[in-house]
Amino acid sequence: MTQATHSNPSDAFNLTQALKDAGFAGMVTFGLCVPIVAFRAEQDMANKLVLQQRWWMALVITGLVVVARFLFSLHQHSRRNEHAQETSAGVTNALALIKPYLAPLGFGFITIYPLVMLAMHGPGGSIKWIDNFGIQILIYVMLGWGLNIVVGLAGLLDLGYVAFYAVGAYSYALIATKVIPQTFPFLGVWAFWICLPISGLLAALWGILLGFPVLRLRGDYLAIVTLAFGEIIRLVLINWVDFSNGYAGLSSIPRPSFFGIPFNASDTGFAAVFGLEFSPIYRTIFLYYVILVLSLMTAYVTLKLRRLPVGRAWEALREDEIACRSLGINTTITKLTAFAIGAMFGGFAGCFFAARQGFISPESFVFLESAQILAIVVLGGMGSLFGVVVASIALVGGIEILRELDFLKEVFGPTFDPSQYRMLVFGVAMVLMMLWKPRGLISTRDPSVIYKERKAISGSMVQEGHG
Amino acid sequence: MTTPLLKIEHLTMRFGGLVAVNDLSFDVHKGEITALIGPNGAGKTTVFNCITGFYKPTEGRLGLKHPDGKTYLLERLPDHHINWKAKVARTFQNIRLFQGMTVLENLLVAQHNPLMLASGYSILGLLGSKSYLKSEKAALDKAVGWLERINLIDRADDPAGDLPYGDQRRLEIARAMCTDPVLLCLDEPAAGLNPRESLELNALLTSIRADGQTSLLLIEHDMSVVMAISDHVVVLDYGVKISDGAPEEVRNDPRVIAAYLGVDDDEVAAVEAEVGL
Repeated sequence: MTQATHSNPSDAFNLTQALKDAGFAGMVTFGLCVPIVAFRAEQDMANKLVLQQRWWMALVITGLVVVARFLFSLHQHSRRNEHAQETSAGVTNALALIKPYLAPLGFGFITIYPLVMLAMHGPGGSIKWIDNFGIQILIYVMLGWGLNIVVGLAGLLDLGYVAFYAVGAYSYALIATKVIPQTFPFLGVWAFWICLPISGLLAALWGILLGFPVLRLRGDYLAIVTLAFGEIIRLVLINWVDFSNGYAGLSSIPRPSFFGIPFNASDTGFAAVFGLEFSPIYRTIFLYYVILVLSLMTAYVTLKLRRLPVGRAWEALREDEIACRSLGINTTITKLTAFAIGAMFGGFAGCFFAARQGFISPESFVFLESAQILAIVVLGGMGSLFGVVVASIALVGGIEILRELDFLKEVFGPTFDPSQYRMLVFGVAMVLMMLWKPRGLISTRDPSVIYKERKAISGSMVQEGHG
Repeated sequence: MTTPLLKIEHLTMRFGGLVAVNDLSFDVHKGEITALIGPNGAGKTTVFNCITGFYKPTEGRLGLKHPDGKTYLLERLPDHHINWKAKVARTFQNIRLFQGMTVLENLLVAQHNPLMLASGYSILGLLGSKSYLKSEKAALDKAVGWLERINLIDRADDPAGDLPYGDQRRLEIARAMCTDPVLLCLDEPAAGLNPRESLELNALLTSIRADGQTSLLLIEHDMSVVMAISDHVVVLDYGVKISDGAPEEVRNDPRVIAAYLGVDDDEVAAVEAEVGL
C-alpha cells in the first residue's frame, strides 16, 4: 500500500509510511467511533433517555485498528519481498513433508480425545468438552464430508442439504417413538441400530426424489431449487402436525444403547453391567465413538469411491458435462448417485443427531444449517476431506470457543456476550478466506490414479462445476 | 468402395426457421477417412452433433451398421448410448478435456462404462474384488498404451489443462479412442496446430485407419490435412451437399471452387443456375 514500495518492491521497510497509514486509519476509526460508540443513549428507570459516555471503548477499538493496520503494512512488505521465492510449489512441498505424519497423529488424537478430556476435567466437567466440541464438530465433519460428494466432487451446488439431515432425524424419531413400540416393543433397546440404516436409505431416496426434477438445471437455478427443497421439507415438518408434531417437535426419542445395554441407572444399565459408578459421561463418550466411526466410514467410502469409475465420473461431470456425454457416461444416473450417496450420509448424521439430542424440532433444520455445512465444504477446499475437518474445527469449534472467552468481559463490560458476535466472526472469517485462499484451505486436487509420481493438481486448473 | 458403415439419409436439422442442414445424404465407408468440409456456417458441426446425439435431427435417418451386422439408428438412441452401444466417439472443435484431472485419469474416464460393469456398479469395487482390480489394471494398460502411442507417457501424471495445445488435441483423440469406437468423429482436429504438429496428427489418424477397427469422419479447414489423408470428401454449403467424391474430384469441382472462392460477377447467374440456387 505504501507509495514508496510500489516503485521498488524489494527496498527496506518504510516505517514512517506504515505509521502514517496506521495513524490515518486510527483517525478515521476514531472519527467514526465518536458518534457510534463513544455516546450511547440508554433508557433509565424513568424511561428517560440518558447519554452514556464510553470513551474508553472508542479508544480500545481505535487502538486495535491502528495495530491491525500497522501489522497489515508489515505483512504486505514481507509478502512483496518473499514473493520471488514463495511459489505454490514450495507450499505444496512443505505440506507433502508433514503429510505422512498428519493422518496418524490426527487419528490418534481424535481416538483418545474423550479419555484425555475425562482425565483433565473429571466426569462432570468433561461432558461439555466431549459433547459441545467433540461430538458437535464430528457431526459437522460428517455432514461436510457427505455434502462434499455432491458439491466438491460432482460440482452440483446444493443449498438444501439440511433437508436430508432432517429426513434422517425424523425417520429415526418417528420410527423409534411410534412404529417400534407398537410393533416390536422388545426391539426398543436396539432402535438406534435398526433405524440407522433405514434413515440413511430414506434420505438417499429423498436425494433421488430431489435429483430427478433438478437434473436439467445448472448453476444458480439448481441452487435455488435445492434451497426451496430444504425449505419445503422444513415447512412440511412445521405444518403437518399429525405427522411430525409441528413446532413442538418430537421428544423423548430413545437414546442409543451400548449394543443392547441401555445407558441408565438401573441394574441392567451400562454402568451396573460393567461395574462402574453411574454417570451420564459414559453415554457421551459412547456417542462420541459412534459419530467418530460413522464419520470415518463416510471418509472411507468417499476415498474408495473417488478411485472407482463412479467417483471419476463425478469429477469428470464437474469438469465438463458435455465431454462426459460424448464418452457414453450416463449423466442422469451419475448425478443421481451423487445426490443419493451424499444424502445418505446426511441421513446417517441426522439419525445420530436425533439420538444424541433426544428431542428434535424443525428449528434445528433451518437454512442457516445448510449454509454452515456448505461454508465448511467451501472453506475446506472443494473435494478435500482434510480441508473439511480443518474448516469444521474452525467454524464449529471456533464458535463454541467464543462462549469460553470470559476475559473479554473485562474489556467490554459485564453485559458483553461474545457468542452473540458469532455471525460477525463467521462473516469476517469468510471474507478473509476468500481474499487469501479463494479455493479453500486445501486448494489442490489429489489425482485418483497415478502412473509414476503423485503430483497435486493446482486448484486454478480444477473446475468448480456449473451445477 | 467398401460397405457403408454409416448411412446418412435425408438428414434435416431446423432451429426454428433456420435450416442448418437440408436433406443431406452421404455414406461413411468402413476403414476410410471421410472428410466433411465447407465454408464457415455450412452446417458441418450440426451434422456432427446429430450423429453424436447432441441434437435430435428434425428429419432423416442415421443408420450405423456394425461389422457384426447389428444396425443402430443413431437418431433414436439416448445420447450416452451412442458412444456406449453404437460405438461412435467424437472430439470437439474447442477442446473439451477434463482439465483438472490428470492425463491418465482422462483416459480412464473414457473407459467408464466397461469399468462400471466390472466394478459391479461400484459394489464389487468398494469391496475390492479381484476381478475389478484386474479390469482396472487392463484399463490402465490400455490408457498407457495410448499415451505411448501419442507420445505423452512422460506427462501421464500432469493435469490435462497443463499440456500444450497440440498435445491436448492428441490427448482428446486418444481419449475418444479409449472407448473402442467403430466411428470416430473429429471436429477440426488440426485447428491451431503448427505444420509439424499437423504432420504428427496426419500420421496418428492414418495409423488409426490402418488398425482397421475404426473409421474416421472429420471436419477440417486445413486442406493440407484433408487432401493428404482422406479417402472421401463431402462438401457442404448452406446446409446442402454440393460435392461428394474422392479428394481429386472434389478439388476440381467448379461448385466447390465457387463456394470457397466465389465467382466473377458476370458468371454468377450461370453458376447459380448450375448449382440450382
